[in-house]
Amino acid sequence: MLWETIRLALRSVRRNAMRSVLTLLGIVIGVAAVIAMVTIGSGTTAKVREDISKLGSNLLVVRASRPDRSGTSNFTVRRLEQKDLDVLNKSLEDVRAVSGESQSQVRIVYGAQNTAAQVTGTDTEYFTARDWTVSLGRALTEQEVRGGTGVCLIGQTIRTQFFGSGDPLDEIIRVGKTSCRIIGTLGSKGYTGFGQDQDNLVLMPLTTYQRRIAGNRYIDTIYVSVNDGASTTQAVADVTAIMREARGIQPTRDDNFEVRDMTQIADAMTSATTAMTGMLGAVAGVSLLVGGIGIMNIMLVSVTERTREIGIRLAIGAHEKDILIQFLVEATVLSLLGGLLGIGLGLGLAGGAASFLSIPFAPSLTVILIAVVFSALIGMVFGFFPALRGARLNPIDALRHE
Amino acid sequence: MTDALVTFSDVWKSYGQGEAQVHALAGVDLAIRKGEFVAIMGPSGSGKSTSMNIIGCLDTPTSGLHGFLGVDAGRLDRAQRAVLRNLYIGFVFQGYNLLPRTTAAENVELPLIYRGMPARERRDAAMQALAQVGLAGREHHTPAELSGGQQQRVAIARAIVTRPTLLVADEPTGNLDTQRSHEIMDLLTGLNRNEGLTIAMVTHEGDIASYADRTISFLDGKIASQGYEMESA
Ligand SMILES: Nc1ncnc2c1ncn2[C@@H]1O[C@H](COP(=O)(O)OP(=O)(O)OP(=O)(O)O)[C@@H](O)[C@H]1O
Ligand SMILES: [Mg+2]
Repeated sequence: MLWETIRLALRSVRRNAMRSVLTLLGIVIGVAAVIAMVTIGSGTTAKVREDISKLGSNLLVVRASRPDRSGTSNFTVRRLEQKDLDVLNKSLEDVRAVSGESQSQVRIVYGAQNTAAQVTGTDTEYFTARDWTVSLGRALTEQEVRGGTGVCLIGQTIRTQFFGSGDPLDEIIRVGKTSCRIIGTLGSKGYTGFGQDQDNLVLMPLTTYQRRIAGNRYIDTIYVSVNDGASTTQAVADVTAIMREARGIQPTRDDNFEVRDMTQIADAMTSATTAMTGMLGAVAGVSLLVGGIGIMNIMLVSVTERTREIGIRLAIGAHEKDILIQFLVEATVLSLLGGLLGIGLGLGLAGGAASFLSIPFAPSLTVILIAVVFSALIGMVFGFFPALRGARLNPIDALRHE
Repeated sequence: MTDALVTFSDVWKSYGQGEAQVHALAGVDLAIRKGEFVAIMGPSGSGKSTSMNIIGCLDTPTSGLHGFLGVDAGRLDRAQRAVLRNLYIGFVFQGYNLLPRTTAAENVELPLIYRGMPARERRDAAMQALAQVGLAGREHHTPAELSGGQQQRVAIARAIVTRPTLLVADEPTGNLDTQRSHEIMDLLTGLNRNEGLTIAMVTHEGDIASYADRTISFLDGKIASQGYEMESA
């Protein structure tokens, strides 16, 4: 009997194929959005975690505290400088590398070509601290960093864009208002979990960057790479103590710098992704509601169109519940179909996005099952009122209906 | 009257309220015996369809008693009347009322689905009923592929596939030409004679009514004549 009803429903959906598809659009889009978002979201989270574990959980990030907008902060704003880098370098024990970094987005030009890239001024320890390898040529030297020479290394994206398969070594590129000679290329790192191309960068001595690009003597970030097996908590405490002492901060005053380890940053990033997924989920929910109303609408049309059929069925002995079930099953089959199309579309979108952003494609069986159950439920809930209306028809009136 | 299948005693059916009230039936008494073939005639609006709807347990009287198979059918609820219709009553309508885009066999099977009969048995019963109305070989045609007379035969097959006690037919030949009408009447008469099927049939035409055992005449919601040779019989 139920199988009979499902067959009947499928037949009715097939007969009105065009109408059915249009009705389903809301559900399809809603489910596709949910599936795509959740799949991309969990891929991003996985990628972020992977990126961060590549950086190593033993990396500390030191930055100057930003002035508090409310003006109640108990510290004097002071940006990082060479002094801070030097004192950390001198006083820290059990660390592999201490490296300063300043960067900004700058236009770079080679011949007739130009592009915007992340230009980073740093020192020799950067390669260890941030896990960069040199794929061609050589790294920066102490002399170059000290002397502020116009040399640079370029990332793979820029290498390919400017030189194709040609040799970039000893070529001169313009970086903003200055220029530098390419001494090497960096090994590829690919995209971050947020879709940022890490290989679109130019690396130059920090002093060169400060003098010729930034026009100041500040350092944005100091990275401290702790030795394997050493405690990062201890390292954070050490860095804090050294900085406070060197900067002469009174015990009653707060730090005017922040020291974070990567696990903290990973958590912050993951929760940002989760929040974004949740928000997009809400948008998708609204779209599902619209889809449900579409189903309700089309089922009302279907019941009206088939009033006479309902009359016939009632006359020859169908019970209210038979008619109710018939239309409920029809609505459910319809929205389930929309759900399945939506899942297909959503996974397709997520797959495309995953390969485009080079994040892992992470479809969740749970989420897919939830989408299936949810779309079936939408059909039942929104199909109930039209079905009830059909079931409650008076057979005599229904038979007279034209 | 012990073998009465259908009884009306002082049946009223009223529509509307107060001034605008219409009495479609105004105190009707009648009885239809098992195995009888009764024609119902009367001018338009005299209450023929209204009484047929009550006879067919599709409707209930506003007041008075409607007995069917000895049951006070007027007191039954919607679901109980649905069971009664499914088990004991077959319907044939003027406009055939077949499901469109559905084959003859599937149309005929329909009442059996609501009995919960297994598919194989249903199919066999439908084929048999279609053969009985002379439509063997047309089982897989849809109504659009059948003539009016053939569609009405499918409708009759659907009505008799459940082996009902009573067949209710409201102007079954109303849409058919004379030749086709007489063929349908021969079919109904045969079912009445050979299977003992009780038939209540509304018609406007005297020569169609003459197939019946007697003719009940309606006028203004009342019975003008019960159609017995002698009223007292
Ligand atoms: N649902 C209704 N609401 C109001 N009045 C109704 C309703 N159904 C029937 N009537 C009225 O009851 C009266 C009898 O109607 P009925 O359909 O029984 O006539 P009939 O004898 O079958 O006529 P016809 O030969 O035209 O089919 C008519 O006056 C009709 O207008
Ligand atoms: Mg009528």
